[in-house]
Amino acid sequence: MPYLFLGPWLLGAIGLTVAPMVVSLYLSFTDYDLFNEPRWVGLDNYARLFGDDPRYLHSVGVTLRYVAWSVPLKLVLALAVALLLNSLRGKGQAFFRSAFYAPSLLGASVGLALAWRAIFDTWVDTPDHALVTIVLLSAWQFGAPMVIFLAGLQQIPRDLLDAAAVDGAGWWRRFWSITLPMLSPVLFFNVVLETIHAFQAFTQAFVVSGGRGGPADSTLFYTLYLYERGFTEFRMGYASAMAWVLLVAIALITAVLFRTSRYWVFYGDGR
Amino acid sequence: MKRAAVFVLCLAALALVLYPIVWLVSASLTPVEDLVSNLRALFPGRVTTDGYARALEGAGGESFWTFLGNSTIVATGAVIGNVVSCSLAAYAFARLRFRLSGPLFAFALVTIMLPAHVTLIPQYVVFQQLGMVDTFVPLILPKLLATDAFFVFLMVQFMRGIPHELDDAAKIDGCGPVRNYRYVVLPLSRPAMVTTAIFTFIWTWNDFFSQLIYLSSTENYTIPMGLRLFIDQTSSSSYGPMFAMSVLSLVPIGLFFLAFQRFLVAGVATTGLKG
Repeated sequence: MPYLFLGPWLLGAIGLTVAPMVVSLYLSFTDYDLFNEPRWVGLDNYARLFGDDPRYLHSVGVTLRYVAWSVPLKLVLALAVALLLNSLRGKGQAFFRSAFYAPSLLGASVGLALAWRAIFDTWVDTPDHALVTIVLLSAWQFGAPMVIFLAGLQQIPRDLLDAAAVDGAGWWRRFWSITLPMLSPVLFFNVVLETIHAFQAFTQAFVVSGGRGGPADSTLFYTLYLYERGFTEFRMGYASAMAWVLLVAIALITAVLFRTSRYWVFYGDGR
Repeated sequence: MKRAAVFVLCLAALALVLYPIVWLVSASLTPVEDLVSNLRALFPGRVTTDGYARALEGAGGESFWTFLGNSTIVATGAVIGNVVSCSLAAYAFARLRFRLSGPLFAFALVTIMLPAHVTLIPQYVVFQQLGMVDTFVPLILPKLLATDAFFVFLMVQFMRGIPHELDDAAKIDGCGPVRNYRYVVLPLSRPAMVTTAIFTFIWTWNDFFSQLIYLSSTENYTIPMGLRLFIDQTSSSSYGPMFAMSVLSLVPIGLFFLAFQRFLVAGVATTGLKG
């Protein structure tokens, strides 16, 4: 009986997730162009990625730089605005919370990315600044993590902060010693989520760079290069290898974040 | 006094944050000559709707209405697919007992974090062999099979909160699981369904990657793909229709936002939903 309800999901999980994962792992060890049979080449694709493809390594660098800039910038903005809004009450807070959230819905669209490209038109054309434009477009969408921070801030018991104030702790001291530790689980959640998403960023880079990761490959994101190899050159085996390296990289970074979390995430129940 | 200062600071920040949106609307109404001479100015004085007229004519030989129709079909299919399939799966995970419940739900949670790229290529190959590339099937079918596991999770969280006494009462009244799902749990899960529907609509409406991969002929283009036709054009003569079509593409999102902002913000705050 449960499987009657589970049927569609199970079909999708097997047919659209597990089986394709197995197949793409297999394809990553082959040469495959969609029209001829896949030809087994062993570890060639992986060897070429790391030993014989400077553009690939360059795209890894671009993506790492993007993640390293956009995630902290977005989260610092989100936390700052959440702290501001937390000192407002009632209708004012609800209004600003919704208004600041709007870019998170609009910013993912092609339409807004086109506007962004026009607003920053002089930066978009220079290799030194094109990536900055995309980082700013990502930071502009700080609304979603801000809403999550604000919900977290409202969970912090007021009497704790009041008691510290009575004991003479200033704003900064209260922030460092109470607010930030109490907020650390939410911060951790946001860091993990935003990092995973940043690694997969595509649309904004595609639109802002005119679809090619330019100028001079300065915005050649990992996913953009994967798209180019897989879907414009139809080197499906090579693109599959890239997809698996991305999966392993994301899994490793998530694991590292979880490992370090015990040193800086405070769960309040003695763990 | 302090609260007033915070309020003013918030207003200033809001002006900065809204600038790109206001600029886009203003640019879509500005004659091209004025845009070129002063690109970043707001409300340059002269107003024209030429851009909109040309945007409605469309791009690449297809009118804007074709793109709008295609986007609507894909988004509607995705919404129906997600609401039906995710609520069915969520009901099984949240309300029914079965042996593999734990491991299967854990697997569903893991797939939320999975980058789509590791399943993309084999999916594309299969759809290509079935002759379904350049149709809407690859865009809608995954939703009918609950591959957006995030919404399964959201609904499970919600359905777990519905009192089990209701199930027992329904059982005594002779309801099996199917009628229990249909007449007890589903109506009580309305808020989770609405949240799922709204986010699915907005995400599908904005989605570019899968539409870029699966749609190839202009007659099947959705709005983001129609806009894509402007990406390669760097000449400023296309600025008018490009910005007008951009504004038109954002109107449904804006309307959904105004109508459902409470649902949207509450959804993000309680589940960490990615906006």
